[in-house]
Amino acid sequence: MMTHNPPSTTPLRVAVTGGTSGLGLALVEAFAARGDAVAFVARDEGRVARVAREIAGSHGIVGDVAKKQDVYAIALQIGGALGGLDVLIHNASSLGPMPLALLADTDCEDFEAALATNVLGPFRLTKALLGLLAASARESGGAGAGAVVVNVSSDAAVTPYAGWGAYGASKAALAHMSRIWHEELAPHGIAVVAVDPGDMDTPLHAAAVPDADPATLKRPRDAAREIVARIDRERAAGVRSQLAPRAIAPAASQT
Amino acid sequence: MKAAVQPVQRPRDARLLVVDGAGRISHHARSALADLLAPGDLVVANDAATVPASLTGRHLATGAAIEVRLAGRGSLAAGDVACFLAVVFGAGDWRTRTEDRPLPPPLAAGDTLALGPLAATVVRIVAAPRLIELRFAGAADAIRAGISRHGRPVQYAHLAAPLALWDVWTAIAAQPVAFEAPSAGFVLDWQLLGRLGAHGIGFTTLTHAAGLSSTGDAALDAGLPFDEPYHLPAATVAAVQAARERGDRVVAIGTTVARALEHAAAQPGGLRAGPGVATNRLGRSTRLGVVDALVSGTHEPGSSHHELLRAFVGDATLARIDTALGSPSPGYRTHEFGDSVLVERGVTPRTYVEPRSNLNTATLARRLGSVRTTLPA
Repeated sequence: MMTHNPPSTTPLRVAVTGGTSGLGLALVEAFAARGDAVAFVARDEGRVARVAREIAGSHGIVGDVAKKQDVYAIALQIGGALGGLDVLIHNASSLGPMPLALLADTDCEDFEAALATNVLGPFRLTKALLGLLAASARESGGAGAGAVVVNVSSDAAVTPYAGWGAYGASKAALAHMSRIWHEELAPHGIAVVAVDPGDMDTPLHAAAVPDADPATLKRPRDAAREIVARIDRERAAGVRSQLAPRAIAPAASQT
Repeated sequence: MKAAVQPVQRPRDARLLVVDGAGRISHHARSALADLLAPGDLVVANDAATVPASLTGRHLATGAAIEVRLAGRGSLAAGDVACFLAVVFGAGDWRTRTEDRPLPPPLAAGDTLALGPLAATVVRIVAAPRLIELRFAGAADAIRAGISRHGRPVQYAHLAAPLALWDVWTAIAAQPVAFEAPSAGFVLDWQLLGRLGAHGIGFTTLTHAAGLSSTGDAALDAGLPFDEPYHLPAATVAAVQAARERGDRVVAIGTTVARALEHAAAQPGGLRAGPGVATNRLGRSTRLGVVDALVSGTHEPGSSHHELLRAFVGDATLARIDTALGSPSPGYRTHEFGDSVLVERGVTPRTYVEPRSNLNTATLARRLGSVRTTLPA
């Protein structure tokens, strides 16, 4: 269990997808509770409005990260509402076929839906928000406290569970994409990590394993606390910015 | 020059016309930009993302179809999304050239405009018949959602198809505050940013709310650009000052960057981090204080972007640039998705001439019998 996190010195600007239930909602609550500015994204207009009302200072955005048409409208609202972006958390997930099915019984369309939400959505939204994340990293002067992108993954991305084909394969792609993003973006001061929050008592888990005993599952609030701590650690460590040492050095020495 | 009709930000064969400080012209592949700059140079780009500033709807008093193009805002503050300067057109779509678009119905202060999910009130007529100040009803989040979902990017009739938002966002697009794309930034991609770093060339950004390139009204167009708010990050000011102390060049990607940096440098106390509103106009009489070179699109003589080049080069050199751009070989394409120029300011100091009539928006507004085009911040 994580110990209490010291609050970050300046409020962070955080965006969370899938922010109206489960881990996403717990993340919105955790960041808002320590005074960070949070924008969250979800598909259901009513639920978005309710969460935005209940969590003071949060910004609700209606949209589906799986749809290309929605992604830039989402990015516009994130940048507009927060005026910048330090942390981006891709939490929205699709199981693929519901109920879960063997790969041999999985319709292509269900597999495509899992890829759209779990891989293409995070890819497009990261790409659309890269300018904001890089600006955040430059404003921090290249010394520590860069921007962080978190992709919520799963042990199904590593272990081949029968019946979890579309979900597991798409999460494996997301995890690998995170590593490649990190290689490419670390020189720009942006860290990209994939985290496995564990089996949690969430609507997604209930849909996948309807007869699981919630008492045996992790509480989303605890998983959220661990992810917030991980983000703080990543930001404290900083990503080594290798670009333009001569331009960045004076700014770094001023802080 | 031919018009670039496909919305491809970085066509493989994009060209770059380079003018050095001695006025020598050479022709390059635009992808070679990093090789044409020197270690220590600092490249500064405008990282404004483009809002879908074109909103269709109805003028409720007459029921007439209208198109509203958001054109200016008072500040870049995240909460400042209710009040805009806007240009209003009558019925029609992107296929009609802006200058051929019909006038809107007569508008009056207090009129209501229904724009998809958004409701707006005409606050005042800035310059009849097209230029107004409007105010959206509702909370900031709802206004942003309405613009994001209902708005479309400002379109260009010379293109083969309507633009989507992703066509007009540069690779580094950050805060959504530009009304048309800061299109000189189309030259940038992340590969190029990596190559700049590898060559020891600095890269940084400012955010400038680039406005409309055309209003369809010759009198208004003569006053472009409108007053435009910008934000200078502290890291950018530090990088610019360091480059100048080293004697290295500051290379502006786009006229909006040049305008913001020169405006900020001309303020009492010089370059400072933070917000500003650019009211200046760069041209023949400008004495550049910060920017040593400019990467810009290719612009036709007479346009305000073309006039701006006179801040960097004398008439004779500019005439040679125009000839080279107009020549069939190698053949340059113009407009937002066209080719580019890299112009270094002349090393021969030109005689400084006091500005005669710097037609900024304040003077324009007076000329048009109005009060001001700067919105209250």
